Parts: sequence; structure tokens; C-alpha cells
Amino acid sequence: MLVSIPLLPFAGFLINALVGRRLSKTISGGLACLVMLASFGSSTAAVVSLLRLPADSRVMRQTVYTWIVSGEFRAPFELLVDPLAAVMILIVTVIGFLIHVYSTAYMHEETDAEYARYFSYLNLFAACMLLLVLAPNLLVMFVGWEGVGLCSYLLIGFWFQKKSAADAGKKAFIVNRIGDFGFVLGVLLTWVTFETVDFQALARAIGPLPVEPTFGTLSIIAMLLFIGATGKSAQIPLHVWLPDAMEGPTPVSALIHAATMVTAGVYLIGRNAVLFGHAPQVLSIVAIVGAATALMAATIGLVQNDIKRVLAYSTVSQLGYMFLAMGAGAFAAGIFHLYTHAFFKALLFLGSGAVIHALAGEQDLHRMGGLRRDLPVTYWTFVVGTLAIAGVPGLAGFFSKDEVLFRTYTSGHRLLWAIGILTSFLTATYMFRLVFLAFHGEASAPHPTHADQRKDAPPAMAIPLILLAVGSIVAGYLGLPHALGGANRIEAFLRPSFTAPAGAEASGEPSARAADIAQEGAAGADVGLERTLMAVSTVVAVAGIAAAAFFFLHRRDRADALAARWSGIHTLLGNKYYVDELYDAAIVEPIQTGSERMLWRGIDAGFIDGAVNGVGTIVSGGADALRRLQTGSVRAYALSVVLGVVLVLGYYLWR
Amino acid sequence: MFLSSLIASPLVGALVLLLVENRDGRRDALVRGIALAASVLTFALTLAVWARFDPQQAGMQLVERRAWIPAFGIDYYIGVDGISLFLVVLTGFLTPLALLSSWEGVHRKVKSFAIFVLALESFMLGVFVALDLFLFYLFWDAMLIPMYFLIGIWGYERRIYAAVKFILYTMAGSVLMLVAIISLAYLHSVEHGTYSFDLFRLYELRLSPSLQFWLFLAFALAFAIKVPLVPFHTWLPDAHVQAPTAGSVILAGVLLKMGAYGLVRFAFPLFPDAAAFLAPHLAVLAVVGIVYGALVAMVQPDLKKLVAYSSVSHLGFVVLGIAAMNTQAVEGAIYQMLNHGVSTGALFIIVGMLSDRRHTRLIADFGGLKKVMPRLTAVFLIITLSSIGLPGLNGFVGEFLILLGAFRWNPRFATFAALGVILSAVYMLWMFQRVNYGEVTSHENARLSDLTGREWSAVGPAVVMAIVMGVFPTLFLRPMEPSVDELVRRVTSRQQTVVMNRLEPIVTSSLDVCR
Repeated sequence: MLVSIPLLPFAGFLINALVGRRLSKTISGGLACLVMLASFGSSTAAVVSLLRLPADSRVMRQTVYTWIVSGEFRAPFELLVDPLAAVMILIVTVIGFLIHVYSTAYMHEETDAEYARYFSYLNLFAACMLLLVLAPNLLVMFVGWEGVGLCSYLLIGFWFQKKSAADAGKKAFIVNRIGDFGFVLGVLLTWVTFETVDFQALARAIGPLPVEPTFGTLSIIAMLLFIGATGKSAQIPLHVWLPDAMEGPTPVSALIHAATMVTAGVYLIGRNAVLFGHAPQVLSIVAIVGAATALMAATIGLVQNDIKRVLAYSTVSQLGYMFLAMGAGAFAAGIFHLYTHAFFKALLFLGSGAVIHALAGEQDLHRMGGLRRDLPVTYWTFVVGTLAIAGVPGLAGFFSKDEVLFRTYTSGHRLLWAIGILTSFLTATYMFRLVFLAFHGEASAPHPTHADQRKDAPPAMAIPLILLAVGSIVAGYLGLPHALGGANRIEAFLRPSFTAPAGAEASGEPSARAADIAQEGAAGADVGLERTLMAVSTVVAVAGIAAAAFFFLHRRDRADALAARWSGIHTLLGNKYYVDELYDAAIVEPIQTGSERMLWRGIDAGFIDGAVNGVGTIVSGGADALRRLQTGSVRAYALSVVLGVVLVLGYYLWR
Repeated sequence: MFLSSLIASPLVGALVLLLVENRDGRRDALVRGIALAASVLTFALTLAVWARFDPQQAGMQLVERRAWIPAFGIDYYIGVDGISLFLVVLTGFLTPLALLSSWEGVHRKVKSFAIFVLALESFMLGVFVALDLFLFYLFWDAMLIPMYFLIGIWGYERRIYAAVKFILYTMAGSVLMLVAIISLAYLHSVEHGTYSFDLFRLYELRLSPSLQFWLFLAFALAFAIKVPLVPFHTWLPDAHVQAPTAGSVILAGVLLKMGAYGLVRFAFPLFPDAAAFLAPHLAVLAVVGIVYGALVAMVQPDLKKLVAYSSVSHLGFVVLGIAAMNTQAVEGAIYQMLNHGVSTGALFIIVGMLSDRRHTRLIADFGGLKKVMPRLTAVFLIITLSSIGLPGLNGFVGEFLILLGAFRWNPRFATFAALGVILSAVYMLWMFQRVNYGEVTSHENARLSDLTGREWSAVGPAVVMAIVMGVFPTLFLRPMEPSVDELVRRVTSRQQTVVMNRLEPIVTSSLDVCR
């Protein structure tokens, strides 16, 4: 039964890919939405039956068929639902369905064939993402992992005639492949070490082992998998592909590059929580990389002028928060933030899509302004999303971000907590800068369209916006913390997914719990501390909003003056710290020129072929010389016979 | 008689063609029809071999044996096991596709062309089923003749240079192999009093480590050239670029596999001690080939050359798997041979379609083809993805199993080889983008027609196979496993560590002698 969850969207993909060009838009788009809705139904049914199981044994598995068997190596094609997967399939199907619906209107200007192609990719993406989260072993997960990467490649480059789009798609795929290099090696080392790639079997095997104080095998496996995660989730140093990925249609950015696929790295760590719990040094690296990425992306987000790029950097930054949480050992908090982020970031992207749609494709913030009058639904839903991401109390983002920061603090990473707080200030600032520039004031450059041409989102777009706005408000209450009188139900629900399964517990009581040291600390919650930290984040968020209001609502001249005064930093941020340029100069260029000049023209054509052709020349030249010896003159032959005799005799005489 | 009739069936087709009078190409259609029918029939026979094959058995099946030249112990001795089974099927599968892919591209001397292709198929099948070394050598060298003419007559501009280079390179290796084969037969007579070319009797010879070392090198060189392993690969880009599409398909699809097959069937089990000693060195060349082939492929302006260098990279994986000599690695290596036959065969077919239409193979001359040929682009995409090892398609299974087995053996080799996973995405996707994406820049490209029915029949089966082999690999892995296990046992159980330690000084001293 579980298999229907990914299979339904896959069937949608097959139909639209094979016969889609002959179907009308209503049918191809409708079919794509319908399979998503059906998949959501299946997912709900699965989660309901999961909830009926006792809390500590909530696991359902289904074997589909035997995929690869070679000697002792086995990779059966199975599916697994546990609390972690349950949360993920609901996110993917709910948000996925809404974005499919939104797309029916957003992509309506494409031709029938292109429309069907778009929806076939989107359905394929959903199928692969669902496979990724339902995978019970590393290898099946890798199928989904690469599948979503492929769909991302295809959808970023959907408008393939644009060179920038095709380039961005390729860049995304290749940067992800660098991460996959780590992932694959991680899988290999896992199997060689434990002779299994099954998540549950691994957790059972690792649970009783001692936590690694130094960098041992477990740490190496964890590190390799984390390299895979940095690729998929756009963390330093592999973050460079995500901003470029904005070349794709905006609903794609919302679904793949904000709500779901990019969170797969976070999910991978959650899925292997017991492993990572045994590798504290890797966890620290994860936390540091997460915090650094969060801060770096937020600073870049401050100065970007393309509405989607601001959101892209915001996504990178928020993913950084999730990794910070995972690195602090607060796996539930990380997944909680993943879940709330899916709502408000999808909302923000779809909102920006509505803006772009109304402005005939314009994405430059400086050519917007004052749009709140023309686009009220878009405006108000966008504001809800922005408040949520900024961490204003009461909305979804507040609870999850606060949980992340609180757990970071209690895990002892005080400095990383401070970076998180600073990032939180920057988040509020750059997001409200975006709101003020796009929806308030006046455009600093002329609008691309006339006010009377601008239409607010049509129903197929407006309804998803409104529903996501509602989600961005209420989603957080599932994790209402103890400090505010809640029960943090999502944490309690997820907890079994992060601990070694029963059976391993008995033999390794202390280590099995190593994974959730942080959670343990929280159970005896220091309510006072948590409330203080909450107050701090609230103040910071409000201060960030105030700063944005001052610079971008009231005194834009001050913002310009500030930029002029710190022009060095402004340029540095505007150019994204020149990381792309650095990679080009240090890696891409040398490899290309080296391969062409040295390997190909030098070694291959010059040295090896030179030698081969040289041998050829010598042989044919030698043969030619020998041919000349055959003169046919008897006297010459006689002479050579005599010479030979003399030489042979001479040799023996003088020896 | 079953395998014999399999080997004979393409030859019978060729004989029938000899009888057809085809003056001025008036009966080209009939000639093509007969050739296709013969190759399809052969494919059906290879499938019948698969159907009759007992997947539980490790040993040779469908064995035929008849004394041929008793004075020298030469037999007509053939059979299949799990290692050769699918290479036989692959040969049967690719030949009709190769014929279809050159259906219109070849219009001169169609009859001779068809005869050469069919003769080549017979010899290739012979190579895979021969169990007598003399017979094997006969097929091995016979194969060169039709291939030489296919490149030399129906090739592109520099076809003569390419054909001569191909034949000289290969002959250089096979002459040494002949010496080694005769030495083995002689050594058999020293030990047992009679000559023998019987592979299984030669397996049982007790050879000193230093003898093994030199004989292994002689075999390995012939096979390394065929694979081709860096630095013996430079005949390949020329041969591929100059060969007609059918030639490239067969060359890449089947001929290259014979080098790897030779290592598995002959070099490793005949000389286990030398193999153990030299495997790491072979692996170094393989890994260098993976990375080097990929990097050089990346900067090629010519589509065919790019695919040719990508073969160097992919076959590096195969050799790495063989060098690792454990179940996963060897199964992966054989699987990768099949994958490479399917995907690279299809890539050459696709490139052939493009160059038939545009009379150029330069990547820069294309661009934006997705707009004008959406179906061809879709097929191209699937094959590209299969070639870069996307899970769900065939390439992944082979590469992954090789990496897994290699990692068990020596993590460093596997790690470097895994770099090929990144690089293959770089050169393949970059090429794919430059050909298919972007605006249509030249008016010649704007008028190109999409796949025809005949072209579908050439490339469609490969696409289906790429998917089937990616989704249901156990169909193929299961029949292989008993034979692979036996091979691994044969090679590793006879390696005596004591002897291996003794080998090192012997080798260094023999090398000193050479200096």
C-alpha cells in the first residue's frame, strides 16, 4: 500500500511524458494535480495507520521487489514509514499538491506540449522525493536522491533556449554530483563496515557502540554522508548552485528549491541520527557549517535586487539553521524547522511568482514598488510569510527557529547561538526590505507594466497562497514548547526515529541515548532560560524589522548613503563573496585548460601518438633502407658476404 | 550443435548474400533485408542460449568438443558460462542495431558491407565461446579483418590511417599473446607429455611465478590494447571517429569488451600469482584511465571523439573491477561491459543520426536541437543519463558494484575511481547542453527532421534495455553469480602468499636483466 504514495505521481509522469503533448492543458494539468491529491490521500491513510501503533514501535515496511543482489550485498527495493518519514510525506504531498494547482495557472501561457512536459517533470519530482523519504536503505534513498536531482536539472533548465537556464541546470547537477561523491563513498564504507545499508539495521548495529571520541570509522561515514548533504542542501562550500537555480519557473523554486528537495540533506542526517550521534566531532562540523552558511547567505540576501535571488539566499540561510540544529544534536528541532519553513518559504516563493506574473516577468526589486494596492491578496499573504520567517511570535517560524536557537544554546554552542541570533536580525531586515521595496513606496525605476494591466493572482494561484498563509500561522503550534505551556508534540512524535530501535537499547543504554543528549537536557527544561532566549529573539526580530522600515520605508537615501560609505563590503556582498569567481579561477579553468593543453594535446596527441607514429616512421623508414640494400648487383652481395665473414672472424679473434 | 549453429548463422547469411547479384546497387534493399534477417535470427538464437542456460550452474554449458588437430592437442571446443552468456547476447543484440543504424548512411558497396558485418559477428561470437586457446586466437585475429575493411572502406576522411593504426596496434598485442599461448601448450607437454590448448587443462598447470609474470604480461598487453587501457588507447579515438556508424557501434559495443573478457577468462585464472602481484598496477592504470579519459573527453570538439574517450573512462571501471577480483567487483565489471555496450552503442547510433543529417560531428555546429527534434533529444537524454550512471538506469548498477567491490579490496582506488562519477556528469551534460539546448543558431539545424521509424527501431531497443537493466538487474546478475564465484575462487584460492612474497625479488631481478 505504501508503494502507491510514490507510484501515483510516477504514473502521472508516465502519462504526461508519453501522451501529454496530445492532451489539452486542462487534462494534463488536472491529471498532475489529481495524482498528487491521491498521493496525499494515500499518505494520510499511511500516517493514520502509523498513529494507531504504539508510540515506540511506529514503523511500517513494505517490500516491493529485490533490486540488486550480488554476493553478500543486498539492496532490496522496500519502503518504510516511521514518524520522520510520516512528517516528510505529508509535507511533500500537501505542499506539492498546492504548488501543482498554482502551476496550472502560472504556466498557462506555455504551449500544450510544453505544459505537459512541465507537469510530467513536476510529477516525476514528487515521485522521486517521496521515494527518497520513504527509503529504508541508503541505496533506495540514493535512487530518490539522484532522481530529484535530475528533475531539478530538467526544471531549472525548463526554458532550455535560455543559455543562463541551461547553464544553471548543469551547474546544479554537477555541484550535486560533487556531494554525491561523498554520499557514494559513505555508502561503500557503510557496507564494508557493517555489511548492510539498511537504516534500521545500521541503527541497531551502531546503537551499542561507544560514542567516538576521535575521528574513527563512524565519523568518516558521517562526514562523507554530510558532504552529500551539503551538495543537496546548498551548504558551504557547495551552496553556489542554488541561487542560480532560480532560472527555473517560480513554482519549481518553491517546491524543489525551497520546500522539499533542498531539505533532503537535513533529512539524511535525521535518518542517520544514531550514526551522527556517535560522531560528536562531525556533529560539531555540521553545526559550524550550518551557522556559517546561515550568516553568509543572510548577508548576501541583504543586497540582492532580484526578488527570487533574495528568497534563494534566504533559503540557503534557513537551511543553515536546520543544519545548526542537527549539529547541536537537536534532530527534532531541525526537522521541525524544516516543516514550518516548507510552508512559509513555499508561500514566499509563490507570492513572488504572483508578483512576477503580474509584472510580465520582471524580477528586479527596483522596478517594483507600491504593488500592495494592485495585488492585495499577494501582498497580505506575502506579509504573513515574511512575519513567519522573521520570527515574529505567534507564527510558525517563531516556534521552530526559537527551538533551534534554544537547543543550540543548551548544547553548549554559545558562539553559534550568537551567530544564529545575528542571522535572525539580518533575516528580518532583508525580508522586510524585500516587502518594502516591492509592495510599498514607489518604484525607483519605471514599472514594466501599467497599473491597470496588473492583475492579482487568479483563483488557482490565490487559493494556494491563502492556504499556505494559514499554514504559516498555525503550523508552529504542533511544536508549542513546554515553556509556553505546550507539549512539543512533534518532538515527542519524532523522537523514536532518532534513537536506536528497541533491542539495541538494552546492551548500550548510555550510548543509545547519546543521540539525543540535547533532547534530554530539554526535557528537564530550564523554562526560565528558554523564555529569556525567546524574548531575546523576539526583540532581535522586531529590531530587524524596524531597521528595514527605517532604511527602506522612510529614508531610502540613508540606505544608499550607507551602501556608498561601505561600498567595499557592498560590492563584496553584491558579488556573493566572489565564490563563483574563485571556483572558476581555481578549479574549473585549470581543469579545462589543463585537460586540453596538457592531457589531450600534450600527452595524448603529442607524446603517446607521437611515439606510436614515431615507431611507425622508424619501421617504414628502416624497411625502406633495407629495400635499398637489395640492389640486385651480384658484386655488392659478394662484397657484403666478404665483409660479414671478416667481421665474424674478427669478433672471434679479438674476443 | 547449438552454439555451433549460433556461430554459423551470421556466416550463412553472408554466404546467401554472396549469391545475390547486386550490380550497381540495384538490389540494395534485398541485401539489407537479408543481412538484417540473418542478424535478427542470430539474436533470437542468442536469446535461446539464454533460455537454455541453467543459472544455478557455475561450469560451462552447451559444451561441444571435437578433436581438430590431435597432433598438437587442438580441439574445436566451445561452451558458455555466466561470464560469457550475456556477452554473447549483447553481440546478438547490437548487430541488428548496427545494421539498422547504417541503413542509409552506407550506400556504396552495400553487399560487401553487409557481408563484413555478418562475418564480424560470427567471429565475435566465436571469441566469446571458444574454450581452446588456439581456436580463441583464430577468432580473435579473424575479427580484425572485417573490422579493418569496415573502417578502411566505409569510414570518413582519414579512414586509411585509422584502419592501419587499428590493425597494427592490435597485432602488436596479439603476436605476443600468440607466443604466450604456444608457450602454454609447450609447458603442458613438459608437464604432461602432450600438447594441449584446452583452457581448463591449462588452468591446472603449475607455473613458476616468474614464468607467470611474463606470460601474464604478454596476455595482458594484448588485452590492455583492446580494452583499451591508458596508455595503449590512442588507436581508439581515431578508429571510432573514422569508422562508419555500424563500425563504431560494434567496436565500442562488443570489440572493446573482448579485452576485459580476455583478462577475466584467460589472464587472471591462468596466472593467479602474477595476477595478484600485478592487479594493483593494473588498477592504477584503470583509475588513471577513468580520470584521464573523462578529462580528455571533456575538451573534445568532436562528438565521436568525446564518446570514444568516454569509453576509455568507462572501460577503466571495468578493469578496476576485474583487478579487485571479488564477487561484487567482477559482477559489476561484467555488468558494466553490458551497460557500456548498450549505452555507448546507442550514443554512437545517435551521433550517427546527427552526422548523417548534418555531415558534421562538431559539437559547435549544433545547438537548440531539442526545439527541432524533441524525440531524438528525449532518447539522447535517457542514454546520456544511463551513461553517467543515474540510478534507475543500467549504468548505475555496474558502476556501483565495481566501486563496492573495489572499495572492499582497496579504498584508495575506489575513491579515485569515484571521481569519475563527477567527471562523467561534467562532460556528458556539457555536451548534451551544447547540442540540444539554447537557441537554434544555424538555419541548417532548423530544418532537421526528427526520428524516423527506421531510426526508432535502431535506438529504441537500446533505450528499453537501459531501463530494464537499471530496474531489474537481478535478471542478469543471478545467472552470472555461480560462474563469477567460481572464477574468484579459482583465482584467489591458488594464489599462494608465500609465492607472492617470493615473486617480488624475481621480478625485480628479471627487470634488471632487461636493463
